[in-house]
Amino acid sequence: MRLDYSPDIKVIRVPCTGKVDVIHILHALEKGADGVYLVGCLEGDCHFLHGNLLAKKRVQRARAILESIGMEGDRVRMYNLSSGEAPQFAQYAREMDERIRELGPNPIKPGLSSAA
Amino acid sequence: MIVAEQKPIQEIIEEIRGDHSVLILGCNECVTVCEAGGKKEVAVLASALRMHFMQQGEQKQIEERTLERQCDQEYLEELRDDIDRYDSVLSLACGAGIQFTAEKYHATPVYPGVNTKFIGVTEERGYWTERCQACGQCVLAQTGGICPVSRCAKRLFNGPCGGSTQGKCEINPELDCAWQLIIDRLKSLNQLEAYEVLAPIKDWSTDRDGGPRNVVREDVES
Ligand code: SF4
Ligand code: SF4
Repeated sequence: MRLDYSPDIKVIRVPCTGKVDVIHILHALEKGADGVYLVGCLEGDCHFLHGNLLAKKRVQRARAILESIGMEGDRVRMYNLSSGEAPQFAQYAREMDERIRELGPNPIKPGLSSAA
Repeated sequence: MIVAEQKPIQEIIEEIRGDHSVLILGCNECVTVCEAGGKKEVAVLASALRMHFMQQGEQKQIEERTLERQCDQEYLEELRDDIDRYDSVLSLACGAGIQFTAEKYHATPVYPGVNTKFIGVTEERGYWTERCQACGQCVLAQTGGICPVSRCAKRLFNGPCGGSTQGKCEINPELDCAWQLIIDRLKSLNQLEAYEVLAPIKDWSTDRDGGPRNVVREDVES
C-alpha cells in the first residue's frame, strides 16, 4: 500500500512507545525538530501492558515543559492506532504536518544556527 | 529518604538569568529516588533551559553533571578542577546538598533547583509521604512504630484529640489520624497496655527547638 504523507517527517522506530522518555522528545526539539509525535498502539492493546499509557503521560509532561518555557506544547502530540491501520498512520502524519505548519518553525532555530 | 520537588521552571529561570555559564548539578541519592534531582531530571531541566534561552536569543552555556552525593566532601571535591568555568551552579540536591556545595565553593553562587519537603517514603511511584521530623529522641517504641511527631497534625503524645473522626484527622478527611493508626497497631501487637501509659512531656531540646544540631562520633573520626 502506497500512502502519501510529508517527506519532512522522519520516522524513528522503537520497540514500544513506552521506550520514549521526556528527554528524547526534548532532545529532538533541541536539535531543531519542529515537532515530535508518538504513534502508539491503541490504549488497552499494548503488547508490553501499558507502554502507550506511559508514553501518553510523558507526552503530557513534555507539553507542559514546553509551555513553561514559552514554547507551544502542541509541537508534541500522541496518536494511537492498531498495526493494521496504515491509512490512519498517513492521516495522522498529514494532521501533524498541518498543525506544525500552522505553528511555524521551531522558535529556537535562529539560536541554533548562530551557535553552530 | 529526603523528599524534594523541583521548583517551577520560571523560578529557576529567574535564579540563573544573569549568568552566562551554569552547571546543573544533580545528586545520585534521595533526589534521584524521588525523581526530583537525579541524572534524568538534570538532563530534562538542562535541555528545557537551553531551549528557553535560545528562544530568547541568549547564548548560555548550560552543562549537566550528577555527583554521587552532594552532602559528602569527597564527592564535592570532584568539581574542584571545573568549578571556575561556571558563573553559577544550580543544585538539584536537597537543602543539605545545596548548602554543602555552596560552603565548599565560596566564590561561586549555588542556587536551589528544588524545594526540600520532608523525610519520607515512596508509597508508590509518584506519591511520597512524610514519616519523620528528626526530633532527635525517637518514641516509636512506645507508639507502635507510628510517629506522632510527623504524622499527627498537632504532634500529640497522648492522642487522639477530639477531632479524630472515623479514623481520619480533622485537618483533612483524606489524612489518617495518626493516633487511630497507633491504637490499631498496638492492638495488632497485643500491646494496648502501652496506650494506657501517659507519655511524659517531651524534651524538645533535641529537636530543632534546641538550635542547629550535630552528631559527634569520636570512634569513627579520622
Ligand atoms: S519520633 Fe522523632 S525520630 Fe522518631 S520517627 Fe518521629 S520525628 Fe522521627
Ligand atoms: S485527628 Fe488525629 S492526627 Fe489529627 S490532630 Fe487529632 S490526633 Fe492528631
